[in-house]
Amino acid sequence: MTAELVLQIVLTVAAGLIGVGLFGALSQQTIVMVMMGLELVLNGVLLAGGAAWYFLAPELPDAQVLVVVALVVMAVEMAMGFAVTVAFYRARQLDMIDMASDLRG
Amino acid sequence: MLSDLSGWAITAVAILGVLSVAAGVAVFVVDSMARATFALLASFLAVAGILLALDLVYLAVVTALMMTIEMAIMAVFMIMFMMNPAGLMPMTMVHNAKGSAAVGAGVFVLLAVGIWTIDWPTMNPVRPDDSTRQLGEAIMGSHMLVMLVIGIGLFATILAGTVLATARGRYDRLGPGLDAEHPDDPVPGGLRR
Repeated sequence: MTAELVLQIVLTVAAGLIGVGLFGALSQQTIVMVMMGLELVLNGVLLAGGAAWYFLAPELPDAQVLVVVALVVMAVEMAMGFAVTVAFYRARQLDMIDMASDLRG
Repeated sequence: MLSDLSGWAITAVAILGVLSVAAGVAVFVVDSMARATFALLASFLAVAGILLALDLVYLAVVTALMMTIEMAIMAVFMIMFMMNPAGLMPMTMVHNAKGSAAVGAGVFVLLAVGIWTIDWPTMNPVRPDDSTRQLGEAIMGSHMLVMLVIGIGLFATILAGTVLATARGRYDRLGPGLDAEHPDDPVPGGLRR
């Protein structure tokens, strides 16, 4: 099997994760489920970054650094998401994003 | 050029790839929130397995450990904040499902078309002896700016998370001008009483 074919298969899996995550983030009503969708998108980014490092430029550390950044973004997203969820619930007893549509910018 | 992954590694990557997407779909299909969280964990662990097969040992272990803890915390929040955490009364909690599915499928098709039509560069990779050492030297040397920004970002997240999650701030205690004679605390006692 050629390296290019394996790369394309792995990137297609990453694209699948991004697509499923996007569907979840756009369709779910609960804040926590929206966050799970976003995490799935970032999961796809992790995979694509790893594949890019192994197949395209293993002599450079850039793709690995990108994966580290994606991991940190995941942690930040989860911490801030839960903080916002707690703040929302304290202020309004709501857990669904449709109930906070008046916050639209 | 033939891939230098072994046959076993390619098989593992294929199986784990299917597993990661299947678990990702399961997140939005199952009724129980605990199951949804652990389906997401399965997806992360499958991706960590693929990273392991791609020689990214450190990143694979970090992903697996971080996501296991993160999903354990997430399961607690799911049960706290979902109105139907056990899924005993199946209900749909979605809005604009068709539009969202169209966007998700559209993005996947767009990416897949790009992936399969791009003329990828000829690969003649020079692999480092140790990918972890390569990453460590990068973030402590040529890519230190990335680490600095990450550090500041995480610190800002700690502060912002604490501020958002705190039930009562100093303005609740001492008024909008911070000039109340006595702090308005639910439990009496403390200084300035």
